[in-house]
Amino acid sequence: MALEIIESCVNCWACEPLCPSKAIYEAKPHFLIDPNKCTECASDFEDPQCATICPIEGAILNDDGVPLNPPGSLTGIPIQQLAA
Amino acid sequence: MQLPVINNAASEAPKGGCSAGSCGSTDDQMNHLPEHIREKVFNHPCYSEEAHHYFARMHVAVAPACNIQCNYCNRKYDCANESRPGVVSELHHPVQAVKKVLAVAATIPQMTVLGIAGPGDPLANPERTFETFRMLSEQAPDIKLCVSTNGLSLPDQVEELAKYNIDHVTITINCVDPDVGAQIYPWIFWKNKRIKGREGAAILIEQQQKGLEMLVAKGILVKVNSVMIPGVNDQHLAEVSKIVKAKGAFLHNVMPLISEAEHGTYYGLTGQRGPTHDELQALQDACSGDMNMMRHCRQCRADAVGLLGEDRGAEFTMDKIEAMDINYPEAMKMRAEVHAAINEELESKRLAKEAKVQLVSIQGIKAKPETRPVLMAVATKGGGVINEHFGHASEFLIYEASSEGVRFIGHRKTTPYCEGGDTCGDGESALDKTLKVLAGCEVVLCSKVGYEPWGPLESAGIQPNGEHAMEAIEDAILKVYEEMRVAGKLEAKVETQQKVA
Repeated sequence: MALEIIESCVNCWACEPLCPSKAIYEAKPHFLIDPNKCTECASDFEDPQCATICPIEGAILNDDGVPLNPPGSLTGIPIQQLAA
Repeated sequence: MQLPVINNAASEAPKGGCSAGSCGSTDDQMNHLPEHIREKVFNHPCYSEEAHHYFARMHVAVAPACNIQCNYCNRKYDCANESRPGVVSELHHPVQAVKKVLAVAATIPQMTVLGIAGPGDPLANPERTFETFRMLSEQAPDIKLCVSTNGLSLPDQVEELAKYNIDHVTITINCVDPDVGAQIYPWIFWKNKRIKGREGAAILIEQQQKGLEMLVAKGILVKVNSVMIPGVNDQHLAEVSKIVKAKGAFLHNVMPLISEAEHGTYYGLTGQRGPTHDELQALQDACSGDMNMMRHCRQCRADAVGLLGEDRGAEFTMDKIEAMDINYPEAMKMRAEVHAAINEELESKRLAKEAKVQLVSIQGIKAKPETRPVLMAVATKGGGVINEHFGHASEFLIYEASSEGVRFIGHRKTTPYCEGGDTCGDGESALDKTLKVLAGCEVVLCSKVGYEPWGPLESAGIQPNGEHAMEAIEDAILKVYEEMRVAGKLEAKVETQQKVA
């Protein structure tokens, strides 16, 4: 059970200090989550903290590879506009 | 030191187009501030219209994280609010940032102010922000420190801010009504949750107002920035202005929304337009009855370096800084000399102005014929004088001359008509853009104007004028205005330019 940061990450540092398991670390070309440490915040918070502050839709995936913040969910930009 | 006489004279003079605001000479904005605030801001380019001709500022990009989302911001390209919607070229760790600040301060002695403005929210990155401030307050005590914030975590940070002697804080406040806020802020991060819509906006507004009150109580100067979003908060900002003034903010900066589709912001992609020059000016004038308005803001990047309106960031990339050998204690001596020379110049200008006002009051205020106000554009590189070639200007300062005097209105950006060399072929379309940007102006003052743009400017109703090169901006404008009056061009034929009282 672990989350994953993918290449759309913009390296904004917002998630790193919030992780209760210290699983997030600075890396090139973008931040990464140590899958051995990540607990998805299960015992600490109601919502996984990294995905709760992340401003980039689609940048954080769950175990099944599904984005926790799907397109349009944060900015409210209509999906057809995002595709354009 | 007593307050300049011009203010007294102005209060005796019959009131014309506008009331308390920034009427009369451009530095009136400063003149009616209490002395202890004037002392703090006279050399701060972002807080003083006059200072911005002489003093430079820089931002260091040490604060990438943000705790809210704004509809005018795309986090993939950084914040479109405090920075222009470009990217910061390099993000810095605090140690690198301090190195950069010392290098810039030693190279550009006019640099008096260091701000942290993003690219995220500085107070959402407290460790990096405060580490930078702590090192700078130790190593470069001659640099003023300031910070801008969306205000969400401000109440928690006021104590810490006061510790590092940060006496200038800018809060971006776009609304005081959560229903308006819900149209600007899609979410905030608050107590480990993402809170969307009206509820999030309500928390943000409460924190901003609380933070403002706490800063004022600590004696920390607060400027409020607002982004003017037509149809969303344009009607609402006059109320915001009143409220923040009542709570003790000393300056209000209403900025136009920047929302090009290519910036990829919510507003950009959904067709929300920014205000026109006229709409912005009308709102600034409407607010100015209640509040000092800032009109010279350049909405600069979170890593800008130099005088407002210029960006010398490219001279200070990390690899170049590493190669520089900076002896800051030595540089500080040189900086002190430069600052003293600028202060002397400002002081002599102030005295000259006082003398002029006293002369007027001795002679009595002549009942000047009512003449219509005229907008004039000025090309300048700084120093408060007309010293830029028309074709090299990347922005024009806009002033309004009227029977009341000269007042600064704002600035308008353009693409230089002729950058020289290979971009010259593009000159014609750049000129079209400049003509559009100068719409409403009847005169453009610059150190030189080429033969080619002369005709198109004249046919657009804009008189090119290169006769006042190296003269003080306001003096030159008054001369040209007087020439227009004598030539019978100022009969009060149109009311359209008259400002709302």
